[in-house]
Amino acid sequence: MKAAVIVFPGSNCDRDLKRAFEQAGLGVEMVWHKDTSLPKVDIVGIPGGFSFGDYLRCGAIAAQSPICREVVAHTERGGYAFGVCNGFQVLTETGILPGALLRNANLKYICRTVGLKVETTESVFTKGYGLGDEIGVPIAHHDGNYFADEATLDALEGENRVAFRYTDNPNGSARDIAGILSSNRRVLGMMPHPERAAESAHGNEDGARLFAHLTEVLSDA
Amino acid sequence: MQEPAITEKLIEAHGIKPDEYAEILRIMNREPTFTELGIFSAMWNEHCSYKSSKIHLKNLPTTGPQVICGPGENAGIVDIGDGQAVVFKMESHNHPSYIEPYQGAATGVGGILRDVFTMGARPIAAMNSLSFGVKDHHKTRQLVHGVVEGVGGYGNCFGVPTVGGEVRFDEAYNGNCLVNAFAAGLADTDKIFYSAASGVGRPVVYLGAKTGRDGVGGATMASAEFDESIEEKRPTVQVGDPFTEKRLMEATLELMQTGAVISIQDMGAAGLTCSAVEMGDKGKLGIRLDLEKVPQREENMTAYEMMLSESQERMLMVLDPSKETEAKAVFDKWDLDFAIVGETIDEDRFLIVHNGDVKADMPLSRLSSSAPEYDRPWEPTPEAEPLADVPQIDPIDGLKALLASPNYCSREWVYEQYDSQVMADTVRIPGFGAGVIRVDGTEKKLAFTSDVTPRYVKANPVEGGKQAVAEAFRNLCAVGAKPLATTDNLNFGNPEKPAIMGQFVGALQGIGAACSALDMPIVSGNVSLYNETDGQGILPTPTIGAVGLIAADEEPILGYARDGHVALVVGETTGHLGQSALLAEVFNRVEGDAPAVDLDAELAAGDFVRANRELIKCCTDLSDGGLALAAFEMAEASGVGVQLDSDETPALFGEDQARYLVACNFDQAEALMIAAGQAGVPIATVGRFSGDTVKMGGSEAALSELSSVYRESFAGHFA
Repeated sequence: MKAAVIVFPGSNCDRDLKRAFEQAGLGVEMVWHKDTSLPKVDIVGIPGGFSFGDYLRCGAIAAQSPICREVVAHTERGGYAFGVCNGFQVLTETGILPGALLRNANLKYICRTVGLKVETTESVFTKGYGLGDEIGVPIAHHDGNYFADEATLDALEGENRVAFRYTDNPNGSARDIAGILSSNRRVLGMMPHPERAAESAHGNEDGARLFAHLTEVLSDA
Repeated sequence: MQEPAITEKLIEAHGIKPDEYAEILRIMNREPTFTELGIFSAMWNEHCSYKSSKIHLKNLPTTGPQVICGPGENAGIVDIGDGQAVVFKMESHNHPSYIEPYQGAATGVGGILRDVFTMGARPIAAMNSLSFGVKDHHKTRQLVHGVVEGVGGYGNCFGVPTVGGEVRFDEAYNGNCLVNAFAAGLADTDKIFYSAASGVGRPVVYLGAKTGRDGVGGATMASAEFDESIEEKRPTVQVGDPFTEKRLMEATLELMQTGAVISIQDMGAAGLTCSAVEMGDKGKLGIRLDLEKVPQREENMTAYEMMLSESQERMLMVLDPSKETEAKAVFDKWDLDFAIVGETIDEDRFLIVHNGDVKADMPLSRLSSSAPEYDRPWEPTPEAEPLADVPQIDPIDGLKALLASPNYCSREWVYEQYDSQVMADTVRIPGFGAGVIRVDGTEKKLAFTSDVTPRYVKANPVEGGKQAVAEAFRNLCAVGAKPLATTDNLNFGNPEKPAIMGQFVGALQGIGAACSALDMPIVSGNVSLYNETDGQGILPTPTIGAVGLIAADEEPILGYARDGHVALVVGETTGHLGQSALLAEVFNRVEGDAPAVDLDAELAAGDFVRANRELIKCCTDLSDGGLALAAFEMAEASGVGVQLDSDETPALFGEDQARYLVACNFDQAEALMIAAGQAGVPIATVGRFSGDTVKMGGSEAALSELSSVYRESFAGHFA
């Protein structure tokens, strides 16, 4: 079982995501954004940070990196992918996931642990939780205000693709959405950082189950 | 391009005093060129030369078995065992932040991060100590927003967790805010890089971002007092690019692995001039630079502009010539400039050539190690008047007044704008005592704190200086960390005034005594003088940044108070109200002497807390606001009420030093009291944690009500 973690210039949670994958038992290969092929992996992780400084628009330049063509192809083949924070922004910019992340409603960067409600257990990412479970996971972003048109939001809800909702919306996200799944349920993008709540040293292990369950499923596959 | 003629006016505009100019003439044996004058001005200003402070800084304790490298390099280096070292420093960016708050603060963070990774250390923690004017002053709100966003904008993007800091407000900072940025990094002790050049004829390499006209003359500006013309100085503030800095850090650390780096120095204040001179001076070599090879972002830049530019995210390195191709490949990978701009030479010479013309040719050693030094006249600060009677106050009223004040309410509004958890090693985020991070890949932990109480320092520089160190010591002990070493950021007014110089000398005396007694040597630091506007000086603010270590086999003290816990105070309470928070915030009286600091008592109390960590569930030091504020903060963080037995104002709000508040269960309290008896450390039960109210004597309020005041005040004042 193996994961790739993509490194863009400006990624700064790449090591964090690597460690969370490894602690859950996955082998991890770091992949440079200029690479033109992905190693053979079970899942692609797109880490948080400020790829290309968040200049132009968060994730917009990263989405044009050579490796992102391969990430798109990987997901089109039905491969698993997981984007956290800036990784979620990259996933929307590549069109792998719908919608966009706008500037937080209060226009400030926010770093704090927020409550999330598990909205579906129908995915490898969320099966480790109970439906309706409330967990605490840190956010750290300036642009986490999820936006999509009403039809898209209705479709996401209708197809049970909202993975997590904020219990106390910190950033103005439409319908309190914190994370969404692709239509084949194999790609998850979320603004909160489960890799920062994955060990006892973090004082919060609510995110660990996401990684643990992912590993279980991938090893059965 | 024709350089301007050297006139008296030009010399003065460069901040060079007549006696200093006479010295320049002696050194050069001729009139300096315009570029040379600029170089002298850049090297001899207060910010770069420490000319007023050097003589006193020499007396600070800077050594110890834990110290690998003390002051004089880019940052201090302290051994943390297992072949690892923590590399740290604190530095001010006061003047630029007042003129242009976002960029001033951002580049302050950028500068200190660069100091750390220049030595081969990956930054792992940041803090910042901010001092602003009063909330009603017309500049304050704008400065608070701009500075906080600038600090966050840079550190968050770069990817270093901000784990601590301070924010204070006082009218003395109305015209001159303080932004002191701290950074710490982790290095292997066998892979540390220094700035001293070695070897003749080796290439001098320019790394990082291109040079522009931003920041020309910045260091000279930072060494002058302010007046109403400050808006004109905005162009001297640099513009930061944290994305480039992040790439520069990754590229530099990668480059260091190749073995190509002989010596390396970041370009901070006075940019190319200061970095080249430092490398040459420390290596006892000369440097030749060919400026047309410098990567430039603007057209037609002159030698003067290039030598004085403070464009950010740049480094200078002496390269092992056999590794050139390998080194260049690393910088190509990260899309950063890599240019050979000169070489080391075997004579005491700083030779600047631009398109074949010699623009400066000066003896290099005279620019740095033998720059002017002053023993400025100083007068000791007069002894404070004794404190007149302080009326008894209803304790809840007193507490509420503190919680509503910008100075003692929760700083959540500030620290939630900083990423405190990137790198996923943060064990304790800001908000309650020292920040704690895990040393990546180990069970060791490092604790960080930044402290000073400027009111104390003004009333009594010696005791105030001691107190800043003592409070840092306590904050580290309170989380179970062994205090290791200190960095000092000394912010004062105009040193040419004997009273101000007296504050400086006194504070250093206190800091030195405390650092010696508490075994926290000073390993790095920064002096910021001339913090005055229209002749009004700031409060003397020697910010102390300190680092402590929690060994792999030691438990940190990070728990919370629980219902039924006993509240105990370690250390002796006498009820000192002079210069207290209560006096200032409630009675609007800044009076009396600062609390005396008994360094033996500090050491004993700190050792006691660390030695008995298994008996202590939750611990915090007592400082501003005394027992009342500390007990509230512990209760609030723990989500449980607290009842204190006393309702006496001095007992509740007095600011006696060498004290901690401890929460633990009854059996542990008993064991702790026995241990304290044996250790000869005073200890007393002062109340208990339970219920959902805060009660002091007969005065009571709901915890939730006080908590709202505490949490909402900051945004109420400034948002």
